[in-house]
Amino acid sequence: MKKLLTAALAFTIPAFGQTLFIHGADVYPVTGAVMKDASVLVQDGKIADIGAKLVAPKGAKILEAKGLRVYPGMIDSATELGLSEIGAVRETEDTGEIGEFVPQVRALTSVNPESEHFRVVRVNGITSVMTFPGSANAQLISGQAALIHTDGWTWEQMEIKGAAGMLVPFPTTAGGRGRGGAPSDQEAPAPGAAPTGGFSQQLRNYQQQIKKLGDFLEEARHYQKAKEVLAGKSGFKADLRYDAMIPVLEGREPLAVTAGRERFILDAIKFADEQKVKLVILHPRELGAKVTAELKAKNIPVIFGRVLELPEREDDAYDQAFTLPLEAWKAGVKFAFGTFTENQFVRNLPYQAATAVAYGLPYEEALKAVTINPAEIWGVADRIGSVEKGKIADLLITDGDPLEIQTKIVHLIIGGKDVDLKNHQTELYEKYLGRQ
Amino acid sequence: MRRLLLTGLLALAPACAQTYVIRNGTIMTAAKGTPGTFTGSVVVKDGKIAEVGANVTAPAGATVIDATGAFVTPGIIDCHSHIAIESINEASVSDASMVNVRDVINPEDIAIYRAMAGGVTTANILHGSADAVGGQTIVLKMRWGKTAEEMIFEGALPGIKFALGENPKRAGNPTGGAVNAGAARYPATRMGVEDVIRESFNDAKAYKAEWDDYQAAVAKGEHPISPRKDLRLESLKEVLEGKRYVHVHSYQADEILMMLRVADDYGFKVRTLQHVLEGYKVAKEIAAHGAGASTFSDWFDYKEEVRDAIPYNAALMTKKGVVVSLNSDDAELMRHLNSEAGKAMKYGGMTADEALAMVTINPAKQLGIENRVGSIETGKDADLVVFDKFPLSDFAKVQKVFIDGKLYFDRDAEIAGRAAEEAEKKRLIDKEKAAAARTQGGGRGQAGQTQPNPEQVTP
Repeated sequence: MKKLLTAALAFTIPAFGQTLFIHGADVYPVTGAVMKDASVLVQDGKIADIGAKLVAPKGAKILEAKGLRVYPGMIDSATELGLSEIGAVRETEDTGEIGEFVPQVRALTSVNPESEHFRVVRVNGITSVMTFPGSANAQLISGQAALIHTDGWTWEQMEIKGAAGMLVPFPTTAGGRGRGGAPSDQEAPAPGAAPTGGFSQQLRNYQQQIKKLGDFLEEARHYQKAKEVLAGKSGFKADLRYDAMIPVLEGREPLAVTAGRERFILDAIKFADEQKVKLVILHPRELGAKVTAELKAKNIPVIFGRVLELPEREDDAYDQAFTLPLEAWKAGVKFAFGTFTENQFVRNLPYQAATAVAYGLPYEEALKAVTINPAEIWGVADRIGSVEKGKIADLLITDGDPLEIQTKIVHLIIGGKDVDLKNHQTELYEKYLGRQ
Repeated sequence: MRRLLLTGLLALAPACAQTYVIRNGTIMTAAKGTPGTFTGSVVVKDGKIAEVGANVTAPAGATVIDATGAFVTPGIIDCHSHIAIESINEASVSDASMVNVRDVINPEDIAIYRAMAGGVTTANILHGSADAVGGQTIVLKMRWGKTAEEMIFEGALPGIKFALGENPKRAGNPTGGAVNAGAARYPATRMGVEDVIRESFNDAKAYKAEWDDYQAAVAKGEHPISPRKDLRLESLKEVLEGKRYVHVHSYQADEILMMLRVADDYGFKVRTLQHVLEGYKVAKEIAAHGAGASTFSDWFDYKEEVRDAIPYNAALMTKKGVVVSLNSDDAELMRHLNSEAGKAMKYGGMTADEALAMVTINPAKQLGIENRVGSIETGKDADLVVFDKFPLSDFAKVQKVFIDGKLYFDRDAEIAGRAAEEAEKKRLIDKEKAAAARTQGGGRGQAGQTQPNPEQVTP
């Protein structure tokens, strides 16, 4: 029996243990200078070595890459991959759990590795994504987002970081909340919402909601203290909601807060300050000097998306969303890009970054914002985000700039595996090319 | 306040046509014949393209625009948009052929300015997809600052929108068309959608025969009583007479084929299939019918009927002989149809000229306006876009947009004008604050609050 198990294990090992030798490429590590005509050795899922004079080990699969380029895999910081299949079909959606506070729900464990979206979107170079639990109406804490690979047999094997951020759709003065997904008009009442009774009433409601959120964290903190004393003793019963908040209280997991407008961003920063928790701002729709100064001073990163988005208000500049990344960069604020969150558009992540370049962001900064920046923001820069020895081998072999639409991804390596570039869409293409 | 700010933007609209020479750019003509792309200049005079070539004669007094390093393309044409109208769907009936989006044009919709700033100069403004037989449609030029009437593309044949599949099934059936779900609107299935269209043309055919008989009698010198005018059937009669184009919202191969056969049976042509995401499966039949296909570059899986949507659709249909355009159906996507065209190169290997055609000359052909717009050729309307870089890429941005030879958008001018606009905005806000303070306790103005369009349109 034991022998059989070992044999079975041995059979699955090649997927992880495949030795790849990328020969003669121009390597763009993102964190360092370009290395011309270099080779990359991939072993046991990791980047084992990079250099001009490397020799392929015996048995390695050689990927000839003369004239091609190697980049780190791209990271999308805001998707619902694996949780959401067909937006219009409720049965295929696992986002937006019910409840005002649901920090205990985990996106990770609902990820369907066979979701066709993974195969379709990754071929443009997206090797890992933040997948968010989504938000329901009138929610204050929506659950844990996970950082996962876009390839794997199970969610467990896809996991890079299971609890990478706690989603908080920050209250707004409209009485509703910005959805964790894609808030479009954060100050506009939701259709069918009850009359909000004037701005002063809205403002009171808004402040009450923030207080409620604070109270919840306070309760969790009391629980944390009580647990230190009582855990293991008779009569102690764990509270799964408060337990889920402990990594946040200990600063190991950031609050990922959706806040679009200046007022909400500033209040979210104030809130995180008072609560002494780490913060990532999701989907800001405007910045301005006050906001960028705060973000910079407190070292709070932001996730932009989509860059190709309409301005927030009628009288905002037409290129408002295109220029936000430049504004952040000029102010020294760290940022990454996300799709927010329709999975069909995840494959366009690199083009979002390109748009920011068209409107002034230095190219290198755009590339960082889909590689090393998100790795740092989500606390995994020791494992992914650049082409460096010892990191997980998430690599693209391309014939050009990965942010350019025309560029071909020749090989996509995820966790050291040279993954198949075929998917449902390419299969239909091949099939109907030959239709009689 | 909103109105005042808009007035500020409207003031940017050009007053009169000038003579321009756009010099030394990469000209991507989208015109038939080689080379489609070359280094050269374009002369703009009296609203038209007066000359285009490697060497041109600059008329005296012409304003010279140096386009060295830049790219010049025809104005982009979006064959599917819902901007610039106050309402989109008359969803209470399954045949809404009596309503017309022309009646609800809003020339102050900021989406017009934004689309234009993305290089769009002409758009096909469609009724929504709630009804099997939908409302009448109109082609507009993005003449920001003009009146509703002045925005209408003079001479362009109007159209009518039909819709197949999930949307017309669902529109009157909030529970998805479940038969016992209370007050449901027929149809609830694709079978019923076909029937609604057939019933309407059955009526229209009889109606047309009545009128034809009447007119024949009049021609013979008789004095018959005229038939009663039916506003619903008038537009369908125009379809049967070839005076109105049919634009059909469609997704699945089965319903596309059904629509072509219904059109064959009643003797009219489907001018364009819209969305048509499974068009690649029946490209042969679409080409044989002569319908155009106007599709998304890469959308998929937002609803059940688009599970087999593939980004190779545009290229595949082109390879099978269909005239294909890429559209937006979305006020945001509309702003970068240039890079959407770039995706047709990526998925399916179109050339740059073929890809550019999908957002210029091909939609012009589909709308029957290719003699006026869609390519850079002498004598055509001077609808032109200047991009700073190779335009079929998100690294490119629009620098200048000409419509009818007038400079409607100039990024440098836009940016230079922003300080003044900000100052104006501040002045207005201060004024409102002061007024509010005077009225003591008068509610705070909600300055700048977004007014979202309550109409949610499902593509």
